[in-house]
Amino acid sequence: MLTTVVEKLKSQFPSGVLEVKEFRGETTVHIKKEDNVAVCTFLRDDEACRFDYCSDICGADAYTPENRFEVIYNLYSIPLNHRIRLKVFVDESDLHCPSVTGVWPGAEWPERETYDMVGIVFDGNKDMRRMYMPEEFQYFPLRKDFPMMGIPNSISLPRK
Amino acid sequence: MNLEQAMDIRQQRILAALENKNTTVHFDDALDNQMILNMGPQHPATHGVLRLLIKLDGETVVACVPELGYLHRGYEKLAENCSYHEFIPHTDRLDYLSPLMNNTAYVLAVEKLIGIETPKRAQYLRTIICELARISSHLLGVGALAMDVGALTVFTWTFREREKLYDIFELLTGARFTTSFTRVGGLANDMTPEVKTAIHQFIEQIPEKFDECIKMLNTNRIFVERLDGVGVISKEKAVAMGMCGPNIRGVGVEHDLRRKEPYLVYNELDFTIPVFHGGDCLSRYYVRVNEVKESIKIVRQCLEKIPDGPVHANAPKKVLPRKERIYTKMEELIHDFMLINFGVNPPVGEVYHAIEGSKGELGFYIQSRGEGNPWRLKIRSPSFMNLQSTSLLVEGGMISDIVAVLGSLDPVMGEADK
Repeated sequence: MLTTVVEKLKSQFPSGVLEVKEFRGETTVHIKKEDNVAVCTFLRDDEACRFDYCSDICGADAYTPENRFEVIYNLYSIPLNHRIRLKVFVDESDLHCPSVTGVWPGAEWPERETYDMVGIVFDGNKDMRRMYMPEEFQYFPLRKDFPMMGIPNSISLPRK
Repeated sequence: MNLEQAMDIRQQRILAALENKNTTVHFDDALDNQMILNMGPQHPATHGVLRLLIKLDGETVVACVPELGYLHRGYEKLAENCSYHEFIPHTDRLDYLSPLMNNTAYVLAVEKLIGIETPKRAQYLRTIICELARISSHLLGVGALAMDVGALTVFTWTFREREKLYDIFELLTGARFTTSFTRVGGLANDMTPEVKTAIHQFIEQIPEKFDECIKMLNTNRIFVERLDGVGVISKEKAVAMGMCGPNIRGVGVEHDLRRKEPYLVYNELDFTIPVFHGGDCLSRYYVRVNEVKESIKIVRQCLEKIPDGPVHANAPKKVLPRKERIYTKMEELIHDFMLINFGVNPPVGEVYHAIEGSKGELGFYIQSRGEGNPWRLKIRSPSFMNLQSTSLLVEGGMISDIVAVLGSLDPVMGEADK
Protein backbone atom coordinates (compact mmCIF):
# COMPACT_ATOMS: atom_id res chain seq x y z
CA MET A 1 0.00 0.00 0.00
CA LEU A 2 2.47 2.59 1.20
CA THR A 3 5.48 1.42 -0.80
CA THR A 4 7.01 4.87 -1.35
CA VAL A 5 6.75 5.81 2.31
CA VAL A 6 8.15 2.47 3.48
CA GLU A 7 11.00 2.59 0.93
CA LYS A 8 11.90 6.12 1.98
CA LEU A 9 11.85 5.13 5.63
CA LYS A 10 14.11 2.13 4.93
CA SER A 11 16.65 4.17 2.98
CA GLN A 12 16.61 6.97 5.55
CA PHE A 13 16.84 4.70 8.60
CA PRO A 14 18.53 1.46 7.45
CA SER A 15 19.04 0.20 10.99
CA GLY A 16 16.02 1.91 12.53
CA VAL A 17 13.33 0.01 10.62
CA LEU A 18 13.10 -3.48 12.07
CA GLU A 19 10.11 -4.99 10.33
CA VAL A 20 7.30 -4.04 7.99
CA LYS A 21 3.97 -5.83 8.24
CA GLU A 22 0.93 -5.68 6.04
CA PHE A 23 -2.53 -6.75 7.17
CA ARG A 24 -5.93 -5.86 5.69
CA GLY A 25 -4.35 -3.08 3.67
CA GLU A 26 -2.75 -1.45 6.69
CA THR A 27 0.98 -1.00 7.04
CA THR A 28 2.70 -1.47 10.39
CA VAL A 29 6.34 -0.48 10.70
CA HIS A 30 8.34 -1.65 13.70
CA ILE A 31 11.02 0.86 14.55
CA LYS A 32 13.80 1.12 17.10
CA LYS A 33 12.92 2.95 20.27
CA GLU A 34 15.91 5.28 19.98
CA ASP A 35 14.97 6.40 16.46
CA ASN A 36 11.41 7.14 17.50
CA VAL A 37 11.54 10.94 17.38
CA ALA A 38 13.76 11.08 14.27
CA VAL A 39 11.40 8.78 12.35
CA CYS A 40 8.34 10.75 13.41
CA THR A 41 9.94 14.07 12.46
CA PHE A 42 10.92 12.61 9.09
CA LEU A 43 7.41 11.26 8.50
CA ARG A 44 5.89 14.63 9.35
CA ASP A 45 8.22 16.76 7.22
CA ASP A 46 8.97 14.62 4.16
CA GLU A 47 7.11 15.64 1.01
CA ALA A 48 5.95 12.13 0.17
CA CYS A 49 4.84 11.30 3.73
CA ARG A 50 3.44 14.44 5.40
CA PHE A 51 1.92 12.67 8.38
CA ASP A 52 0.78 15.86 10.03
CA TYR A 53 -1.99 14.35 12.10
CA CYS A 54 -1.31 12.04 15.02
CA SER A 55 -4.53 10.09 15.27
CA ASP A 56 -3.75 8.09 18.33
CA ILE A 57 -1.06 6.70 20.56
CA CYS A 58 -1.60 3.69 22.72
CA GLY A 59 0.31 1.10 24.67
CA ALA A 60 -0.16 -2.62 24.73
CA ASP A 61 1.12 -5.38 26.93
CA ALA A 62 2.30 -8.31 24.80
CA TYR A 63 3.16 -10.27 27.98
CA THR A 64 6.38 -11.71 26.61
CA PRO A 65 9.64 -12.07 28.57
CA GLU A 66 11.42 -9.70 26.21
CA ASN A 67 10.06 -6.48 24.73
CA ARG A 68 6.98 -6.80 26.85
CA PHE A 69 5.37 -3.49 26.01
CA GLU A 70 4.49 -1.89 22.72
CA VAL A 71 3.79 1.74 21.97
CA ILE A 72 1.63 2.10 18.90
CA TYR A 73 1.35 5.29 16.87
CA ASN A 74 -1.54 5.56 14.43
CA LEU A 75 -0.65 8.36 12.05
CA TYR A 76 -2.68 10.02 9.35
CA SER A 77 -1.87 12.52 6.65
CA ILE A 78 -4.58 15.09 5.96
CA PRO A 79 -3.09 16.42 2.67
CA LEU A 80 -2.15 13.01 1.22
CA ASN A 81 -4.89 10.95 2.86
CA HIS A 82 -2.97 7.88 3.94
CA ARG A 83 -2.34 6.08 7.19
CA ILE A 84 0.60 4.31 8.74
CA ARG A 85 1.16 2.59 12.03
CA LEU A 86 4.44 2.74 13.90
CA LYS A 87 5.33 0.34 16.64
CA VAL A 88 8.01 0.68 19.27
CA PHE A 89 8.98 -2.05 21.71
CA VAL A 90 9.69 -1.19 25.30
CA ASP A 91 11.32 -3.69 27.59
CA GLU A 92 10.17 -4.21 31.16
CA SER A 93 13.65 -3.42 32.50
CA ASP A 94 13.64 0.05 30.94
CA LEU A 95 10.18 1.57 30.82
CA HIS A 96 11.27 4.79 29.17
CA CYS A 97 10.40 5.92 25.68
CA PRO A 98 11.19 9.23 23.96
CA SER A 99 8.18 11.50 23.72
CA VAL A 100 6.89 12.77 20.37
CA THR A 101 5.20 15.85 21.83
CA GLY A 102 7.86 17.90 20.06
CA VAL A 103 6.64 16.55 16.73
CA TRP A 104 2.89 16.66 17.40
CA PRO A 105 1.88 18.71 20.48
CA GLY A 106 -1.38 16.77 20.49
CA ALA A 107 0.50 13.64 21.52
CA GLU A 108 0.63 14.88 25.09
CA TRP A 109 -2.64 13.44 26.36
CA PRO A 110 -2.44 10.11 24.51
CA GLU A 111 1.05 9.66 26.00
CA ARG A 112 -0.25 10.48 29.45
CA GLU A 113 -3.00 7.93 28.92
CA THR A 114 -0.45 5.33 27.84
CA TYR A 115 1.54 6.02 30.98
CA ASP A 116 -1.58 5.74 33.09
CA MET A 117 -2.72 2.47 31.55
CA VAL A 118 0.49 0.48 30.94
CA GLY A 119 3.14 2.48 32.77
CA ILE A 120 5.48 3.60 30.01
CA VAL A 121 7.26 6.84 30.92
CA PHE A 122 7.69 9.25 28.04
CA ASP A 123 10.87 11.28 28.38
CA GLY A 124 10.27 14.80 27.21
CA ASN A 125 6.56 14.96 27.93
CA LYS A 126 6.18 17.96 30.21
CA ASP A 127 3.10 16.76 32.04
CA MET A 128 3.63 13.11 32.89
CA ARG A 129 0.74 12.79 35.34
CA ARG A 130 -1.90 10.09 35.33
CA MET A 131 -4.74 10.76 32.91
CA TYR A 132 -7.68 8.89 34.38
CA MET A 133 -6.67 7.09 37.57
CA PRO A 134 -6.07 8.91 40.87
CA GLU A 135 -2.54 10.16 41.42
CA GLU A 136 -1.91 7.83 44.38
CA PHE A 137 -2.93 4.71 42.45
CA GLN A 138 0.11 2.43 42.23
CA TYR A 139 -0.82 -0.04 39.50
CA PHE A 140 -1.23 0.08 35.75
CA PRO A 141 -4.63 -1.36 34.91
CA LEU A 142 -4.13 -2.37 31.29
CA ARG A 143 -1.19 -4.63 32.07
CA LYS A 144 -2.10 -8.25 31.68
CA ASP A 145 -1.08 -9.08 35.26
CA PHE A 146 -3.58 -6.59 36.67
CA PRO A 147 -6.72 -8.58 37.54
CA MET A 148 -10.00 -7.75 35.85
CA MET A 149 -11.76 -7.35 39.21
CA GLY A 150 -9.20 -4.84 40.45
CA ILE A 151 -7.07 -4.96 43.57
CA PRO A 152 -8.84 -4.43 46.91
CA ASN A 153 -7.96 -1.18 48.70
CA SER A 154 -5.88 0.06 45.80
CA ILE A 155 -7.98 3.21 45.62
CA SER A 156 -8.24 4.96 48.97
CA LEU A 157 -11.65 6.24 49.96
CA PRO A 158 -12.00 9.90 50.89
CA ARG A 159 -11.22 10.62 54.51
CA LYS A 160 -14.17 11.60 56.68
CA MET B 1 4.54 14.98 63.01
CA ASN B 2 4.23 13.80 59.44
CA LEU B 3 3.03 15.78 56.46
CA GLU B 4 -0.50 14.43 56.60
CA GLN B 5 -1.03 15.52 60.20
CA ALA B 6 0.43 18.92 59.40
CA MET B 7 -2.01 19.29 56.50
CA ASP B 8 -4.86 18.31 58.78
CA ILE B 9 -3.98 20.97 61.30
CA ARG B 10 -3.65 23.54 58.52
CA GLN B 11 -7.08 22.56 57.14
CA GLN B 12 -8.62 22.85 60.59
CA ARG B 13 -7.13 26.31 61.04
CA ILE B 14 -8.48 27.48 57.70
CA LEU B 15 -11.92 26.09 58.55
CA ALA B 16 -11.89 27.76 61.95
CA ALA B 17 -10.88 31.04 60.33
CA LEU B 18 -13.69 30.74 57.80
CA GLU B 19 -16.27 30.12 60.50
CA ASN B 20 -15.15 33.11 62.51
CA LYS B 21 -17.01 36.19 61.33
CA ASN B 22 -14.20 38.45 62.50
CA THR B 23 -11.67 36.98 60.10
CA THR B 24 -10.25 39.52 57.70
CA VAL B 25 -8.00 39.10 54.68
CA HIS B 26 -5.44 41.68 53.62
CA PHE B 27 -4.13 42.17 50.10
CA ASP B 28 -1.25 44.46 49.28
CA ASP B 29 -2.82 45.33 45.96
CA ALA B 30 -6.39 44.21 45.32
CA LEU B 31 -5.93 44.21 41.54
CA ASP B 32 -2.74 42.23 41.54
CA ASN B 33 -3.49 38.78 42.80
CA GLN B 34 -4.31 35.53 41.15
CA MET B 35 -7.05 33.19 42.13
CA ILE B 36 -7.37 29.46 41.48
CA LEU B 37 -10.91 28.48 40.62
CA ASN B 38 -12.14 24.93 40.55
CA MET B 39 -14.84 24.40 37.92
CA GLY B 40 -16.55 21.04 37.97
CA PRO B 41 -16.70 18.08 38.05
CA GLN B 42 -20.32 18.82 38.99
CA HIS B 43 -20.76 21.95 36.91
CA PRO B 44 -23.70 22.04 34.48
CA ALA B 45 -21.70 23.77 31.74
CA THR B 46 -18.98 21.13 31.65
CA HIS B 47 -21.31 18.68 29.85
CA GLY B 48 -20.75 15.90 32.33
CA VAL B 49 -17.99 15.35 34.80
CA LEU B 50 -15.15 17.42 33.41
CA ARG B 51 -13.08 19.33 35.96
CA LEU B 52 -11.20 22.47 35.06
CA LEU B 53 -8.66 24.12 37.31
CA ILE B 54 -8.52 27.74 36.28
CA LYS B 55 -5.99 30.35 37.32
CA LEU B 56 -7.54 33.77 37.14
CA ASP B 57 -6.19 37.27 37.10
CA GLY B 58 -9.29 39.30 37.73
CA GLU B 59 -11.64 37.93 35.10
CA THR B 60 -8.92 36.89 32.66
CA VAL B 61 -7.95 33.25 32.43
CA VAL B 62 -4.21 32.89 32.94
CA ALA B 63 -4.01 29.11 32.87
CA CYS B 64 -6.42 26.24 32.60
CA VAL B 65 -5.79 22.59 33.40
CA PRO B 66 -8.51 20.07 32.49
CA GLU B 67 -8.75 17.00 34.68
CA LEU B 68 -10.36 13.87 33.30
CA GLY B 69 -11.19 10.48 34.69
CA TYR B 70 -14.34 11.05 36.73
CA LEU B 71 -16.26 8.74 34.41
CA HIS B 72 -13.48 6.27 33.71
CA ARG B 73 -15.04 2.81 33.63
CA GLY B 74 -12.17 0.89 32.10
CA TYR B 75 -13.87 -0.21 28.90
CA GLU B 76 -10.56 -1.15 27.31
CA LYS B 77 -9.87 -3.58 30.15
CA LEU B 78 -13.41 -4.91 29.93
CA ALA B 79 -13.03 -5.44 26.19
CA GLU B 80 -10.03 -7.70 26.77
CA ASN B 81 -12.18 -9.90 28.97
CA CYS B 82 -15.31 -10.25 26.89
CA SER B 83 -15.99 -11.61 23.42
CA TYR B 84 -16.40 -9.41 20.37
CA HIS B 85 -20.17 -9.66 20.55
CA GLU B 86 -20.31 -8.99 24.27
CA PHE B 87 -18.57 -5.66 23.84
CA ILE B 88 -21.28 -4.16 21.60
CA PRO B 89 -23.52 -3.02 24.51
CA HIS B 90 -20.51 -1.31 26.13
CA THR B 91 -20.06 0.87 23.05
CA ASP B 92 -23.48 2.40 23.72
CA ARG B 93 -22.06 3.98 26.83
CA LEU B 94 -19.15 5.73 25.13
CA ASP B 95 -20.76 8.64 23.34
CA TYR B 96 -24.16 8.31 24.89
CA LEU B 97 -25.63 10.98 22.63
CA SER B 98 -25.14 8.89 19.50
CA PRO B 99 -24.94 5.23 20.56
CA LEU B 100 -25.89 3.94 17.12
CA MET B 101 -22.79 5.54 15.68
CA ASN B 102 -20.53 3.84 18.23
CA ASN B 103 -22.18 0.49 17.54
CA THR B 104 -21.49 0.93 13.84
CA ALA B 105 -17.91 2.11 14.33
CA TYR B 106 -17.08 -0.86 16.52
CA VAL B 107 -18.56 -3.55 14.29
CA LEU B 108 -16.94 -2.03 11.21
CA ALA B 109 -13.56 -2.41 12.91
CA VAL B 110 -14.32 -6.02 13.87
CA GLU B 111 -15.55 -6.78 10.36
CA LYS B 112 -12.38 -5.35 8.89
CA LEU B 113 -10.41 -7.59 11.24
CA ILE B 114 -12.40 -10.68 10.29
CA GLY B 115 -12.54 -9.72 6.64
CA ILE B 116 -16.25 -9.92 5.92
CA GLU B 117 -18.45 -7.46 4.14
CA THR B 118 -22.09 -6.87 4.90
CA PRO B 119 -24.82 -6.80 2.24
CA LYS B 120 -25.83 -3.51 0.66
CA ARG B 121 -29.07 -3.24 2.60
CA ALA B 122 -27.24 -3.47 5.91
CA GLN B 123 -24.76 -0.84 4.78
CA TYR B 124 -27.52 1.56 3.76
CA LEU B 125 -29.35 0.94 7.01
CA ARG B 126 -26.15 1.60 8.97
CA THR B 127 -25.65 4.83 7.08
CA ILE B 128 -29.19 5.88 7.94
CA ILE B 129 -28.79 5.17 11.64
CA CYS B 130 -25.39 6.88 11.68
CA GLU B 131 -26.81 10.04 10.18
CA LEU B 132 -29.86 9.99 12.45
CA ALA B 133 -27.47 9.68 15.38
CA ARG B 134 -25.46 12.60 14.04
CA ILE B 135 -28.61 14.72 13.80
CA SER B 136 -29.54 13.76 17.35
CA SER B 137 -26.06 14.57 18.65
CA HIS B 138 -25.77 17.90 16.85
CA LEU B 139 -29.25 18.91 17.96
CA LEU B 140 -28.09 18.49 21.52
CA GLY B 141 -24.74 20.13 20.78
CA VAL B 142 -26.40 23.23 19.33
CA GLY B 143 -29.07 23.34 22.01
CA ALA B 144 -26.63 22.93 24.87
CA LEU B 145 -24.29 25.55 23.42
CA ALA B 146 -27.20 27.99 23.26
CA MET B 147 -28.14 27.12 26.83
CA ASP B 148 -24.58 27.60 28.03
CA VAL B 149 -24.49 31.14 26.71
CA GLY B 150 -27.93 31.94 28.04
CA ALA B 151 -30.50 31.16 25.34
CA LEU B 152 -32.58 28.63 27.22
CA THR B 153 -35.53 28.22 24.87
CA VAL B 154 -33.67 26.64 21.96
CA PHE B 155 -32.53 23.79 24.18
CA THR B 156 -36.13 22.74 24.82
CA TRP B 157 -36.94 23.05 21.12
CA THR B 158 -34.06 20.87 19.98
CA PHE B 159 -34.94 18.38 22.69
CA ARG B 160 -38.46 18.18 21.31
CA GLU B 161 -36.96 17.13 17.96
CA ARG B 162 -34.60 14.66 19.62
CA GLU B 163 -37.56 13.11 21.37
CA LYS B 164 -39.01 12.22 17.95
CA LEU B 165 -35.70 10.63 17.02
CA TYR B 166 -35.73 8.59 20.19
CA ASP B 167 -39.19 7.36 19.29
CA ILE B 168 -37.80 6.18 15.96
CA PHE B 169 -34.87 4.48 17.70
CA GLU B 170 -37.26 2.74 20.03
CA LEU B 171 -39.33 1.53 17.10
CA LEU B 172 -36.24 0.36 15.27
CA THR B 173 -34.06 -1.11 18.01
CA GLY B 174 -36.38 -1.59 20.96
CA ALA B 175 -34.46 0.82 23.17
CA ARG B 176 -34.22 4.57 23.34
CA PHE B 177 -30.68 5.14 24.59
CA THR B 178 -28.78 1.89 24.87
CA THR B 179 -29.52 0.61 21.42
CA SER B 180 -26.86 -2.13 20.83
CA PHE B 181 -28.33 -2.41 17.36
CA THR B 182 -25.48 -3.63 15.19
CA ARG B 183 -24.04 -7.12 15.11
CA VAL B 184 -20.80 -8.42 13.67
CA GLY B 185 -21.72 -8.97 10.03
CA GLY B 186 -25.10 -7.31 10.12
CA LEU B 187 -27.76 -5.77 12.26
CA ALA B 188 -29.99 -7.03 15.05
CA ASN B 189 -33.15 -6.49 13.01
CA ASP B 190 -34.22 -5.34 9.62
CA MET B 191 -36.06 -2.06 9.22
CA THR B 192 -39.83 -2.58 9.14
CA PRO B 193 -42.01 -0.51 6.78
CA GLU B 194 -43.40 1.19 9.89
CA VAL B 195 -39.93 2.49 10.80
CA LYS B 196 -39.35 3.63 7.25
CA THR B 197 -42.52 5.71 7.35
CA ALA B 198 -41.55 7.14 10.71
CA ILE B 199 -38.10 8.19 9.42
CA HIS B 200 -39.76 9.65 6.30
CA GLN B 201 -42.11 11.70 8.43
CA PHE B 202 -39.28 12.91 10.62
CA ILE B 203 -37.13 13.88 7.65
CA GLU B 204 -40.02 15.76 6.06
CA GLN B 205 -40.71 17.95 9.06
CA ILE B 206 -37.25 18.42 10.60
CA PRO B 207 -35.88 21.07 8.16
CA GLU B 208 -38.64 23.49 9.03
CA LYS B 209 -38.44 22.85 12.77
CA PHE B 210 -34.66 23.07 12.76
CA ASP B 211 -34.74 26.33 10.82
CA GLU B 212 -37.01 27.71 13.53
CA CYS B 213 -34.36 26.99 16.15
CA ILE B 214 -31.53 28.30 14.01
CA LYS B 215 -33.35 31.47 13.05
CA MET B 216 -33.85 32.21 16.69
CA LEU B 217 -30.12 31.86 17.35
CA ASN B 218 -28.66 33.43 14.22
CA THR B 219 -30.69 36.59 14.67
CA ASN B 220 -29.93 36.76 18.36
CA ARG B 221 -27.29 39.43 18.80
CA ILE B 222 -26.27 38.30 22.27
CA PHE B 223 -25.76 34.72 21.09
CA VAL B 224 -23.67 35.71 18.08
CA GLU B 225 -21.54 38.19 20.00
CA ARG B 226 -20.85 35.73 22.78
CA LEU B 227 -19.40 33.31 20.22
CA ASP B 228 -17.88 35.51 17.53
CA GLY B 229 -14.11 35.68 17.86
CA VAL B 230 -14.11 33.67 21.08
CA GLY B 231 -11.84 30.67 21.55
CA VAL B 232 -9.86 31.12 18.35
CA ILE B 233 -7.34 28.51 17.24
CA SER B 234 -5.18 28.56 14.12
CA LYS B 235 -5.34 25.95 11.38
CA GLU B 236 -1.83 24.58 12.02
CA LYS B 237 -2.35 24.36 15.76
CA ALA B 238 -5.68 22.60 15.44
CA VAL B 239 -4.15 19.93 13.20
CA ALA B 240 -1.11 19.52 15.43
CA MET B 241 -3.30 19.22 18.52
CA GLY B 242 -5.32 16.43 16.91
CA MET B 243 -8.64 18.24 16.89
CA CYS B 244 -11.26 16.48 14.84
CA GLY B 245 -14.80 16.54 13.57
CA PRO B 246 -16.78 19.78 13.36
CA ASN B 247 -14.09 21.51 15.41
CA ILE B 248 -11.39 21.03 12.78
CA ARG B 249 -13.79 21.86 9.95
CA GLY B 250 -14.47 25.09 11.82
CA VAL B 251 -10.86 26.21 11.28
CA GLY B 252 -10.95 25.64 7.54
CA VAL B 253 -9.50 22.13 7.24
CA GLU B 254 -11.67 20.02 4.99
CA HIS B 255 -11.11 16.80 6.84
CA ASP B 256 -14.05 14.43 6.89
CA LEU B 257 -13.51 10.68 6.84
CA ARG B 258 -16.83 10.17 5.06
CA ARG B 259 -15.14 11.72 2.01
CA LYS B 260 -11.48 10.93 2.69
CA GLU B 261 -11.82 7.23 3.51
CA PRO B 262 -15.34 6.37 2.39
CA TYR B 263 -16.82 3.59 4.48
CA LEU B 264 -20.36 2.15 4.24
CA VAL B 265 -22.06 3.72 1.20
CA TYR B 266 -20.89 7.33 1.53
CA ASN B 267 -19.18 7.30 -1.87
CA GLU B 268 -22.55 6.63 -3.53
CA LEU B 269 -24.22 9.60 -1.91
CA ASP B 270 -24.31 13.26 -2.77
CA PHE B 271 -23.49 15.61 0.07
CA THR B 272 -21.11 18.45 0.83
CA ILE B 273 -18.73 18.94 3.71
CA PRO B 274 -19.43 22.24 5.46
CA VAL B 275 -16.21 24.12 6.18
CA PHE B 276 -15.89 27.46 7.96
CA HIS B 277 -12.70 29.40 8.33
CA GLY B 278 -13.13 31.45 11.49
CA GLY B 279 -11.66 28.97 13.95
CA ASP B 280 -13.83 30.46 16.69
CA CYS B 281 -16.90 29.22 18.56
CA LEU B 282 -19.26 30.69 15.98
CA SER B 283 -17.61 28.77 13.12
CA ARG B 284 -17.85 25.53 15.04
CA TYR B 285 -21.52 26.24 15.66
CA TYR B 286 -22.15 26.97 11.97
CA VAL B 287 -20.43 23.73 10.96
CA ARG B 288 -22.77 21.73 13.19
CA VAL B 289 -25.83 23.54 11.90
CA ASN B 290 -24.89 22.87 8.29
CA GLU B 291 -23.97 19.27 9.01
CA VAL B 292 -27.48 18.61 10.28
CA LYS B 293 -28.82 19.82 6.94
CA GLU B 294 -26.38 17.57 5.05
CA SER B 295 -27.34 14.61 7.23
CA ILE B 296 -31.00 15.15 6.39
CA LYS B 297 -30.01 15.06 2.70
CA ILE B 298 -28.09 11.83 3.21
CA VAL B 299 -30.93 10.09 5.03
CA ARG B 300 -33.37 11.12 2.32
CA GLN B 301 -31.12 9.70 -0.41
CA CYS B 302 -30.57 6.49 1.55
CA LEU B 303 -34.29 5.95 1.99
CA GLU B 304 -34.73 6.28 -1.77
CA LYS B 305 -31.80 4.07 -2.69
CA ILE B 306 -32.00 1.35 -0.04
CA PRO B 307 -32.24 -2.02 -1.81
CA ASP B 308 -34.10 -5.10 -0.62
CA GLY B 309 -32.26 -8.13 0.58
CA PRO B 310 -30.71 -9.62 3.67
CA VAL B 311 -29.13 -7.59 6.46
CA HIS B 312 -26.68 -10.29 7.45
CA ALA B 313 -23.47 -11.32 5.75
CA ASN B 314 -23.38 -14.88 4.48
CA ALA B 315 -20.67 -16.11 6.84
CA PRO B 316 -22.30 -18.60 9.20
CA LYS B 317 -19.16 -19.21 11.24
CA LYS B 318 -18.81 -15.51 12.07
CA VAL B 319 -22.32 -14.06 12.09
CA LEU B 320 -24.86 -14.89 14.79
CA PRO B 321 -27.80 -16.80 13.28
CA ARG B 322 -31.42 -15.69 13.63
CA LYS B 323 -33.17 -16.86 16.77
CA GLU B 324 -36.03 -18.63 15.02
CA ARG B 325 -33.59 -20.68 12.97
CA ILE B 326 -31.53 -21.67 16.01
CA TYR B 327 -34.58 -23.41 17.45
CA THR B 328 -35.44 -25.27 14.25
CA LYS B 329 -32.20 -25.97 12.38
CA MET B 330 -29.32 -28.12 13.58
CA GLU B 331 -26.57 -26.21 11.69
CA GLU B 332 -27.62 -22.87 13.14
CA LEU B 333 -27.78 -24.35 16.62
CA ILE B 334 -24.18 -25.54 16.30
CA HIS B 335 -22.98 -22.20 14.95
CA ASP B 336 -24.79 -20.31 17.68
CA PHE B 337 -23.25 -22.55 20.34
CA MET B 338 -19.76 -22.09 18.93
CA LEU B 339 -20.13 -18.32 18.47
CA ILE B 340 -21.50 -17.74 21.96
CA ASN B 341 -19.04 -20.02 23.74
CA PHE B 342 -15.85 -19.46 21.77
CA GLY B 343 -16.43 -16.21 19.89
CA VAL B 344 -15.72 -15.17 16.34
CA ASN B 345 -11.95 -15.90 16.50
CA PRO B 346 -10.58 -13.45 13.92
CA PRO B 347 -7.14 -14.14 12.41
CA VAL B 348 -3.99 -12.94 14.14
CA GLY B 349 -3.40 -9.31 13.28
CA GLU B 350 -4.22 -5.74 14.08
CA VAL B 351 -6.50 -3.19 12.49
CA TYR B 352 -7.47 0.40 13.04
CA HIS B 353 -10.76 1.55 11.62
CA ALA B 354 -12.14 5.02 12.08
CA ILE B 355 -15.43 6.58 11.09
CA GLU B 356 -16.47 10.18 11.11
CA GLY B 357 -18.49 10.25 14.29
CA SER B 358 -20.65 13.14 15.35
CA LYS B 359 -17.77 14.48 17.48
CA GLY B 360 -14.97 13.56 15.08
CA GLU B 361 -12.73 10.65 14.21
CA LEU B 362 -14.06 7.72 16.21
CA GLY B 363 -11.62 4.87 15.79
CA PHE B 364 -11.17 1.40 17.17
CA TYR B 365 -7.74 -0.20 17.19
CA ILE B 366 -7.94 -3.95 17.77
CA GLN B 367 -5.11 -6.42 18.29
CA SER B 368 -6.17 -10.00 17.77
CA ARG B 369 -4.31 -13.16 18.69
CA GLY B 370 -6.83 -15.45 17.04
CA GLU B 371 -8.87 -15.83 20.20
CA GLY B 372 -12.47 -15.07 21.00
CA ASN B 373 -11.50 -11.95 22.95
CA PRO B 374 -9.53 -9.02 21.62
CA TRP B 375 -5.99 -9.00 22.99
CA ARG B 376 -6.00 -5.21 23.10
CA LEU B 377 -8.73 -2.80 22.13
CA LYS B 378 -8.09 0.91 22.03
CA ILE B 379 -10.81 3.45 21.58
CA ARG B 380 -9.71 6.59 19.80
CA SER B 381 -12.27 8.95 21.22
CA PRO B 382 -12.78 12.28 19.47
CA SER B 383 -13.94 14.12 22.60
CA PHE B 384 -10.68 13.25 24.35
CA MET B 385 -8.61 14.79 21.58
CA ASN B 386 -10.88 17.82 21.29
CA LEU B 387 -10.71 18.51 25.01
CA GLN B 388 -6.95 18.58 24.83
CA SER B 389 -7.15 21.97 23.14
CA THR B 390 -9.36 23.47 25.85
CA SER B 391 -6.49 25.19 27.62
CA LEU B 392 -5.23 26.68 24.33
CA LEU B 393 -8.69 28.00 23.54
CA VAL B 394 -9.54 29.59 26.87
CA GLU B 395 -6.20 30.97 28.02
CA GLY B 396 -6.09 34.72 27.64
CA GLY B 397 -9.85 34.98 27.37
CA MET B 398 -12.51 35.88 29.89
CA ILE B 399 -13.83 33.48 32.49
CA SER B 400 -17.36 33.71 31.09
CA ASP B 401 -16.08 32.52 27.71
CA ILE B 402 -15.07 29.16 29.14
CA VAL B 403 -18.63 27.87 29.01
CA ALA B 404 -18.99 29.09 25.43
CA VAL B 405 -15.76 27.33 24.40
CA LEU B 406 -16.74 24.10 26.12
CA GLY B 407 -20.18 24.21 24.55
CA SER B 408 -18.72 24.77 21.11
CA LEU B 409 -16.22 21.90 21.51
CA ASP B 410 -19.20 19.67 22.36
CA PRO B 411 -17.38 17.04 24.41
CA VAL B 412 -19.07 13.98 25.83
CA MET B 413 -17.38 12.75 28.95
CA GLY B 414 -18.56 9.18 28.55
CA GLU B 415 -16.39 9.02 25.48
CA ALA B 416 -13.47 11.11 26.72
CA ASP B 417 -13.15 9.04 29.89
CA LYS B 418 -13.96 5.65 28.35
